[in-house]
This record gives sequence, C-alpha cells and structure tokens, in this order.
Amino acid sequence: MTSKIAPPEDFHAYPDARGRFGPYGGVYVAETLMAPLEALAETYLRLRDDPQFRAELDRDLAHYVGRPSPIYHAERLSAEVGGAQILLKREDLNHTGAHKINNTVGQALVARRMGKTRIIAETGAGQHGVASATVAARLGLKCVVYMGAVDIERQAINVYRMKLLGAEVVPVTSGSKTLKDALNEALRDWVTNVADTFYIIGTVAGPHPYPMMVRDFNAIVGREARAQMLAQYGRLPDAITACVGGGSNAIGLFHAFLNDRRVRIVGAEAAGEGLATGRHAASLAAGRPGVLHGNRTYVICDDNGQIGETHSISAGLDYPGVGPEHAFLKDTGRAEYVGVSDDEALAAFHRLARTEGILAALESSHAVAQAIKLAREYPKDAIVLCNLSGRGDKDVHTIAQREGITL
Amino acid sequence: MNRIDQRFAELKAAGRTGLIPFVTAGDPSPEGVVPLLHALVAAGADLIELGVPFSDPMADGPVIQHAGERALAKGVGLDAILAWVRAFRATDMATPVVLMGYLNPIEVHGYERFAREAAQAGVDGVLLVDCPLEEADTGAAIRAAGLCRIQLAAPTTSAARLERLCGAAEGFLYYVSFAGITGAARLSVAEIESRVGAIRARAQAPVAVGFGVRDAASAAAIAAFADAVVIGSALVQRLAGSADAAETCARAQAFLAPIRGALDARAAHAA
Ligand SMILES: Cc1ncc(COP(=O)(O)O)c(C=O)c1O
Repeated sequence: MTSKIAPPEDFHAYPDARGRFGPYGGVYVAETLMAPLEALAETYLRLRDDPQFRAELDRDLAHYVGRPSPIYHAERLSAEVGGAQILLKREDLNHTGAHKINNTVGQALVARRMGKTRIIAETGAGQHGVASATVAARLGLKCVVYMGAVDIERQAINVYRMKLLGAEVVPVTSGSKTLKDALNEALRDWVTNVADTFYIIGTVAGPHPYPMMVRDFNAIVGREARAQMLAQYGRLPDAITACVGGGSNAIGLFHAFLNDRRVRIVGAEAAGEGLATGRHAASLAAGRPGVLHGNRTYVICDDNGQIGETHSISAGLDYPGVGPEHAFLKDTGRAEYVGVSDDEALAAFHRLARTEGILAALESSHAVAQAIKLAREYPKDAIVLCNLSGRGDKDVHTIAQREGITL
Repeated sequence: MNRIDQRFAELKAAGRTGLIPFVTAGDPSPEGVVPLLHALVAAGADLIELGVPFSDPMADGPVIQHAGERALAKGVGLDAILAWVRAFRATDMATPVVLMGYLNPIEVHGYERFAREAAQAGVDGVLLVDCPLEEADTGAAIRAAGLCRIQLAAPTTSAARLERLCGAAEGFLYYVSFAGITGAARLSVAEIESRVGAIRARAQAPVAVGFGVRDAASAAAIAAFADAVVIGSALVQRLAGSADAAETCARAQAFLAPIRGALDARAAHAA
C-alpha cells in the first residue's frame, strides 16, 4: 500500500494542540466561533482528566446506555461465508439503538458543566438526533435538531421519536437538503446563540476539538472490544472493519487498535450506485483533500471546489466529508478505505437477518458486507471483528419501499 | 502603497467614512458583474467586496446563500471572477477590490496559482471567512503575492486574540457587528461603538463594520465611530431578480445613493 505520510511511532499522540492529525484537522471557522471553540477545548481537556467527570460518565455508560456491549460470534453467518470467523461488536444493543449515544451522553455532561441550557444537533439518519434528544430530555435541556428535508422523508420514524422526546426538528431546505446542509444550519444557529447553546456534533468531523472529543467518547467501543478479544479469545482479531460516514463508529472501534500493527483496519464507505457512477459518498476512496465544516480532510467536490452531492441508501453515510483522523490514517497507510455499494449493503442486511436474527442499520450493513468480503480472504481460524454500529428498525420503511412492498 | 491603504488614507484626509458594498460575484447575472462594479463606484463605493460563491457558506444567512446558489447554478467559478476583476481594472485603477469567500474553492484552485492570478487581475485583498488567524499559514502564498489578508474580529473575540488580530491586520480590520450570520438584524450601536473603540485603540489598520447594516440610518449610526461600513445582504436582496444589467445598476445606484448621502452629511456636519 502506498503511504503519502510516514506512519508515526504512536498513533495515540494525535491530534496535536492545534487539533491537527498531520496535515488534516485544524480549526477552519469564522472568527465568531473561535472563542466558543477555545472555551470548549479548554473545558473538555480539563474534564477528560477529572476523576469525578470520568466516574459520572462511566456510570451513565453502564446504567443508562447499557455498556459494555458484547462481542458476538456470528457462527451461522461465518459458516455460510466459509472463511474467517466474523464477530460483531453489538453497538446496536445500546439505548437508542446505535453507537451515537456514547458521544451524546459525554457531550451532554460537558454541556451541563459549561452551564448551557440549550442543545443543538445535526442529524442524517436521525440516530444522532434521537441520541441528542434523549440526553437533552434526561438532563432537562432544550433541544433543537437540524435535519435535511430529504432525510426527514426517508427517516420518518426517527423524526417522530425525536418529537416524542421533546425535541424540535427543523427541516433544512438549503443545498442538497441532507446531512452536510444540516451541519451548516446547526453551525449558523450556534454562531447566533453561542451564549446559552451547546452544539453536539454527531460525528468526528467539524473544527477542533470535536474530532478529538467525539472520538474519545466513542473510543470505549474499541477499548472494550480489545479487552473482550483478549479475555474471550486470548488474542487480537486479524482484521477489524466498520462503516464510515463521518467516521465516529469507525474511529471508535479503530482507535484502541491503531498501535497494534498486526491488526488490519478497513473502513467501509458508501459506494452508493458505484464509485464509477459518481453517485456515492466515498470521500476517502474517491475524494480529494479540501476544507469543509471547520477542518481539512478528504471531501467530495468538483474542480471549482464546490462540495458535491452525495448518494447512499443510508442517510447516515450520505456525507461529502469525513473525520480528519481517517484522512490521516489513509495517508499513513494505517487503514484502508473501500467502497460498499447500496446493493451489497442490502444483501448483507438480509443475510445477517436470516442467518443471525439481527436487523442491522443500513449504515452498519455496509460494515457487515465488508466483513463478509474480508472473511473470504482469511482461513477459518482467523477472526474478523465488525462494528455493528446500530439496529435497523429505523430502516424497515426504506428497505420495504426499495423492494416494492407497501407496509 | 497598495490600493486599500491608499484609499483609507484618502478617506481619512477628507474626513469621510468609507462605503463598502458587498455583492455576490455572478448574481443576479454573470454578464452584469463588470457594469455592476462600475455602478457601485459611481454610486459612491470606496472599496468593493466581491463574494466568491461556495456551496456550503456556513457563516451566511439565506440572502447570500441563495445568491451564491444562483451564481453556482450559472457555473460561476474563480476563473470567471478573476476575469471580471481584470475587466473592471481596465478602466478603474483606483477602487480596491477584496475577494471574500471560503477556503475550499481556493484550496482546490491551488493557493499559489490563485494568489498569482488574483494579483495579476488587480485584486487587492482576500477575506477568507473560514480561515482564522491560527490557520494563517494556510494560504501564505496570498500574502507573498502582495495581497492583503483581511481579518475578521467579532463580539466574541477575546482580549488576547484581539491583540493578535490587531497586530496582524492588513488593509483594514473587518468588525462583525454581532454574533450571527450575514443578513440578520441585531444591531446594538452602543455595544459596537465600545468594541470598535477598543479595536481602534490597538490597531494601526482602519476598522470597517459589517453585518446588519442595511440602510442610511444604520450606516450613519455606525459611521459615527467606524472608518467604513460594509453593506451586504440588504444590497444583494435589492439586486436579486432584476431583469437585466441596466436594471441591476439602476437598483444599486438607487439603493446606495441615500446611504452615501447620509455618510457625507454626517462628515460635513462633523467638519
Ligand atoms: C447506525 C449508524 N452507523 C453509522 C453511522 C454513520 O456515522 P459515523 O460514520 O459517524 O459512525 C450512523 C449515522 O447516522 C448510524 O446511525
């Protein structure tokens, strides 16, 4: 594999004080947001080492989220594929049904420490919106969720869940009316209401300190999985994989393994209708370096630097950027990023449902499809660990519609 | 001396407040840009901010967002914009032009290539909305080519940052009058005055105030303590939907004339 950047000794030393992962990351925002971002970075770095904060977070993760989530040996799926053993890290079993809650529980505690009374969030699939509305309800904070008008349509169940939880869902009709536009709108809200508002970004994108903070809150996934591997199997997996939208569940799994050089790391991006068709959301596999939403990373844009419209069957992967740490992992060659198409993800969804009795989220189905491909490359005694980032209840309408079934 | 410094020196000598209109390049029409730039000057503009449209303008309100979307739909990009500035310069060597926009179009164009071409076209300064002082090495080529990097200061800017911003300011310092996006209307003149006073005490560079200035009254109120006022969304809104270049120019003239008048009346009164 070619690497554009020499891999560092210690991948855990990133980001630096300016939020840089090599040439990626940073703080590319309007002046008005510099002060709130500095305040957030300072508060977060202090809280990260505060034993009382850590204890509070651990308690919430155990008793509210339901951690640790198990690693599950998908024996029938593995046997059917006929290659390596596939293990699933069951983030779908978390409260609210995805890894997103790991991050919102953490950021909500930070928001409370900062005395903020209003939470805003952007959401694509609605999972992060639900996870934000959930923690806001629990802490008695007002919550406003920005969601692209296109996504509101394809994720109706999650929109209603957010409303049941007391959040206001604001449709975003600018640009492509999807996740990137929801992020723009949330940033505009934040710039206008910085005094009382905390912006919970739902993935490892955005300006520093978000990519670091969101990663830290999701890194529990990989820490648990690594310890569970050692305890239950006496060794580390041969390969690990996760789907990559903005990249939070992926970095959550990957981070603990970054310095274990023998563990192969593969991120599955949404190839939509195929990388060659241009209708995809594979920023790393098919994009180029650029600046979007406050950080330098790989983006999907045209020759004039205009951000392109993306396509994926899964709203949560439909994003033209990606977390800057993934850009760094790609360029150092530490991780590979490949495309998984809509059709491949759907096939994996059905296969997992029928062999294991698990309905995976469409996002996570991309990871399952990639795990199946990887398993075929290895012998039966090898282990491929796949992050099952969320459950598929929210997607049953999309899948039924796609298959011509009226519910 | 570059055109921006020259212009502010002239304004100071004449005791006048600068008028800086902002227009989105290519809106309402790509053909009308060059005549519009001349019309802005004829209506009393001292410096022109030309917005480079971007698909994801996170600091802009709906008016400038939509103007950018319309321009992008007509295929407007940096090559065209630099050609318009070159055409404008053929007959106007005096009025400074500042390009205002976001990083990604320039990043993809290439910083060095952009800086060279912009300087050759007659651009005088560049304001990169999403590139704060901390990331100033991004686009270092822009300064190296002799273009001013215009910095923003905001109500949320801390005293320590303000100190650094004032030290780094080139051309002029753009004070964002309230914490928000372009086009909102939340002017609190007393607050702005005290902040601008603090900036002027520290900065060598002149201070222009923008965001929320929309008419003669608000411009005159700001002119009492600022070196220049920037008018963006209200002008862009006024120009939107005009039938042809002639109408766009007439609308610009009609919109700016009373503002220019109010600024000059204040200056005459003060003198
Ligand atoms: C279940 C699930 N997995 C993955 C994602 C993609 O986000 P990320 O790449 O940040 O994990 C989402 C986003 O909504 C999601 O709901």
